[in-house]
Amino acid sequence: MPKKVVSGNYAAAYAAKHARVEVVAAYPITPQTSIIEKIAEFIANGEVNIQYVPVESEHSAMAACIGASATGARAFTATSAQGLALMHEMLHWASGARLPIVMVNVNRAMAPAWSVWDDQTDSLAQRDTGWMQFYAENNQEVYDGVLMAFKVAEHRKVNLPVMVIESAFILSHTYDIVDMPPQEEIDEFLPPREPLYTLTDFDNPIAVGALATPADYYEFRYKIEKAMEEARKVIKEVGREFGERFGRDYSQMIELYKTEDAEFVFMGMGSLMGTVKEAVDSLRKEGYKVGAAKVRWFRPFPKEELYELAKNVDGIAVLDRNFSFGQEGILFNEAKGVLYNTDAKPIMKNYIVGLGGRDFTVNDIKAIAKNMKEIIEKGKLDREIEWYHLKR
Amino acid sequence: MNTLNTLFGEKKAKAKKLVFKSVDEYPEVPLTLGTTLINFTGDWRTFIPIVDESKCVKCYICWKFCPEPAIYIKEDGYVAIDYDYCKGCGICANECPTKAITMVREEK
Repeated sequence: MPKKVVSGNYAAAYAAKHARVEVVAAYPITPQTSIIEKIAEFIANGEVNIQYVPVESEHSAMAACIGASATGARAFTATSAQGLALMHEMLHWASGARLPIVMVNVNRAMAPAWSVWDDQTDSLAQRDTGWMQFYAENNQEVYDGVLMAFKVAEHRKVNLPVMVIESAFILSHTYDIVDMPPQEEIDEFLPPREPLYTLTDFDNPIAVGALATPADYYEFRYKIEKAMEEARKVIKEVGREFGERFGRDYSQMIELYKTEDAEFVFMGMGSLMGTVKEAVDSLRKEGYKVGAAKVRWFRPFPKEELYELAKNVDGIAVLDRNFSFGQEGILFNEAKGVLYNTDAKPIMKNYIVGLGGRDFTVNDIKAIAKNMKEIIEKGKLDREIEWYHLKR
Repeated sequence: MNTLNTLFGEKKAKAKKLVFKSVDEYPEVPLTLGTTLINFTGDWRTFIPIVDESKCVKCYICWKFCPEPAIYIKEDGYVAIDYDYCKGCGICANECPTKAITMVREEK
């Protein structure tokens, strides 16, 4: 299989190329810019046949993708932080019109304070827009994630957009080996899109996003939720097929690492889980029975997988590189909510880590492991939310 | 009823209303749920304008002012209101120089 040494952003650009994307509309923002620069380079070199729409804002970028997708085209864009926030209104239009757009969001901290570094609050703040969310741990997962995202999004029972999320700089600008299957094998995995409807069918004119009075709106909301439920099945099928074809299995919405006999596990999303796995190996040598649970898909939320995990462990340390002010870490909040009406009641503690790109290292994870072990032995939380790095 | 001068005439009479009885009957996507040929905006009305032809002087000021427009001129020259589209704003009644139009609370 051909391998390339690329940054996370270039992995995303290559994936868009290999997915035979037809329309790209984007606006530059650090640290996403090199994705769309690379795609512009592909176009300039005549390597791809992509309609590139330069726009004046991220709001327009998403609007252009929505228009393109509604004609039946495969549309792609990329953004970060403030750009994603500016898109917010259009994100609802994409999911409401059931358009399978794929977007890479490079996690970047929301300003102020002005920052370009890694933080998940930008994408998690778009939780309720009806977009699926896939969090990549490394450059390979960025590449694989984009290819799978199109297949899941365009599935006839789904038709919802997907956000593929990678970390600022830690992935976006860091080079790593990425395995890219031959184009003909990708074409077999990802055939041309079969749209649910198209604006260019002039014999059957339609209006998209029509008015629905209180007599009808409710049913359309329910249909989006049904599509999300279907997506849970489709994600597993597509992840399994990806594994069979290309050797990397994504059939689990939560990737479990050494959790079989684990007393407690670290749960989190994105690149920080790579560091966690490293720490788990090291902690196991020191006698800790720990594992890692990497939440790949945040939307739809992997409820069943979380329950299966939670009923077999004494504790879960939820690592949130994000925060919902006035409440707690967002993954922690979701995970607790899922387990409330079940018989799985592990001790759960929320560690707020790495906000705005603060370094989060193996030693930090070891310190958290020590704290979690004490909590489990006492059977009681010292505190529910720990601002782990805070200078005191 | 004289339909020739109404907003959509025969077209409206022929149009069929879309009714979805269960969630499964809905399309996946909120594509067009029909035009105003079948979705009557007159449903929104609270007050209904009533024309008193004995006071009407055929000045057509109401016809000019109706923002919808939901007022049409009949063959006999008097005005009539297409209640399928009249939202009951009352501008016609306010503008009528002879007070030939009165707004009455509509019982539904």
